[in-house]
Amino acid sequence: MQETWIILGATSSMARALSRALSEQGHALLLAGRDMEDMKRLAADCTARGAASAEAVAFDARKPATFTPLIETLSDQPGMLNAAVFVGSMPEQETIDSDPSLIDGTVTDSFTGPARFLQMMAPLMEERGGGTIVGVGSVAGDRGRLGNYVYGAAKAGFHTYLSGLRNRLTRSGGHVVTVKPGFVDTAMTWGIEGMFLVAPPEKVASDILRAVEKRKNVIYTPFFWRYIMLIIRSIPEPIFKKLSI
Amino acid sequence: MRWKSDTYSGWGRALKADGDLARPERISALKGLPPTPAFGARRSYGDACLNSDGRAIDMTRLDRILSFDPETGLVEAEAGISIGELVRLFAPAGWIPTVMPGTGFATVGGAIAMDVHGKNHHRDGAFGDHITAIRLIHQGKAKTITPDRNKSLFNATRGGLGQTGLIVSATIQMAPISGQAMKVRESRAGDLEEHLALLDASDAHYTVGWIDATARGSELGRGIVEEAEHSLDTPPKLGRAKSVPVDAPRFALSKPVVKAFNTRYFKRIPEEGRTRTRTLQDFFFPLDRVLDWNRLYGKRGFHQFQCVLPMDQTDTLHSMIEAIAGSGLASPLAVLKRLGPEGAGFLSFPTEGYTLAVDFPNRDKAQGLIRDLGEQTAAADGRIYLAKDSLADGATIRAMYPELGKWQAEAAKADPDRQLETDLIRRLNLRSA
Repeated sequence: MQETWIILGATSSMARALSRALSEQGHALLLAGRDMEDMKRLAADCTARGAASAEAVAFDARKPATFTPLIETLSDQPGMLNAAVFVGSMPEQETIDSDPSLIDGTVTDSFTGPARFLQMMAPLMEERGGGTIVGVGSVAGDRGRLGNYVYGAAKAGFHTYLSGLRNRLTRSGGHVVTVKPGFVDTAMTWGIEGMFLVAPPEKVASDILRAVEKRKNVIYTPFFWRYIMLIIRSIPEPIFKKLSI
Repeated sequence: MRWKSDTYSGWGRALKADGDLARPERISALKGLPPTPAFGARRSYGDACLNSDGRAIDMTRLDRILSFDPETGLVEAEAGISIGELVRLFAPAGWIPTVMPGTGFATVGGAIAMDVHGKNHHRDGAFGDHITAIRLIHQGKAKTITPDRNKSLFNATRGGLGQTGLIVSATIQMAPISGQAMKVRESRAGDLEEHLALLDASDAHYTVGWIDATARGSELGRGIVEEAEHSLDTPPKLGRAKSVPVDAPRFALSKPVVKAFNTRYFKRIPEEGRTRTRTLQDFFFPLDRVLDWNRLYGKRGFHQFQCVLPMDQTDTLHSMIEAIAGSGLASPLAVLKRLGPEGAGFLSFPTEGYTLAVDFPNRDKAQGLIRDLGEQTAAADGRIYLAKDSLADGATIRAMYPELGKWQAEAAKADPDRQLETDLIRRLNLRSA
């Protein structure tokens, strides 16, 4: 059956890959983000790939005023409502160290902005008795590290939020998938030193679709990051605090 | 946009470049960018896609369909989309790009910049003949050019090696197909004469010859001619692509191995020939089922030599194949094909005659042989394909392209400061002299 998916942060390459895969399944798409020109190109692409409909809509995690019209658009859509959240920002830790005010934006983009949107969307899903939310977090949220602990903290907050939302929506037949990607070959990681086992965005998208289908709760993508993070989480704090990984 | 310092190469891996690469994912990233050479999937063999000690833009993430009309088969797409993806998306609706190169991994932008040809050149011309518009960043401004309104700039852009500006997107007239399968007739050709006779006599939609470049004496030039039409039959299932995980050792493509392989490959076709139903992908992109097959040539990489010789130069063709077979250096990948009349692109490769393409592992002896083949090509009024070349001499090449001057004028207008030059342009000194 045709469903509607709203993709928050649609211009990211992971979002593009998921939007395309959903298009080939014939779903209706609302592509939400800031770069309207680029999202219109993505909308055309999704339409050509078989989406029932694809529309670019304005969304800015830092401007809650953009949320209300989107929620209204969503409530006009027939069938089940689903969301995939790809928004987030990762300024370099050093940049944040010299300008702590950047913390607010990072946390808004990666956690409180999308959480506030999902909080507004949840009643619509409960009303219709189903739907899935895909929340993209990060392995960086599993443990605070020297390299990017502000971003990691925001993602950790988002993980906890998603866990609670899952607890809530499951009562009405809805579901929440928490996705923790490792290194993915995107504009965000392009040219950054120290990347290894980098996955293509299409791999992440197909892992997400499988997780949605099987109603998985928390997935790592590619899967082996589960084990890498298991090791990293199990390092005792007295040792971990001296490491720089 | 972030720039990544990297060492990269074309498909042949014999030539490499150190430089800074960007891979934009949004169209807005191109705004305000100084003129910079761009590349697609880097499926050209030599240095056309390299810019040593400079910057280059990887276009593969700008790969969206901007419009598609199922009634007319017109598709507008960003330059980084691959030809194979267009087939995957639109063949089920009854359309494929009218002209397709031998690999589906090549991008639309690359196919324009090289004005690639396919197994139907004798009938349908080159890739650029089916482009109705190109969106180009020209002199710092985005503009749409068409073959009618901007004739000279258009003909300098198709086959123009990216020197007239950045190709952002293009509109392609696709061709209708009658079915999802290909009916392929394979016939043995016992020697060169028979091979050419079969190619000449063929009136099929698609015709291509595989040549056993190791056969000598009375079997010189033997091979298999494939003739194909679209078919309504059910295509066989497409298997999973396999990949070559490591660089192969040197003996993998040594003379006895290649000779034995070629003999088996030839004899697998019965004497009376055979007809098979194949998938579109298997027929058009046979090597794409083996990912990274260039690693079979080992760390040093390989060269492909491709020339076209006028129809009356079969003696030269004969002596070239003799030299190749005698050298014992050829790989199993060797193709003989008849090309149709010359197109409108100033630097387009295809011109009426026979085209020969042979792969050689990158060894000193092979380099000498390829240079020698290049000289024979020049003496016979033939032409060398710039998408494949990594060894030719500039003066020789420049003499092969009579409309070079017109192309130089357009390139100079588009890029007066020569910021779009690549290693190939500099090596052959194409934009001056």
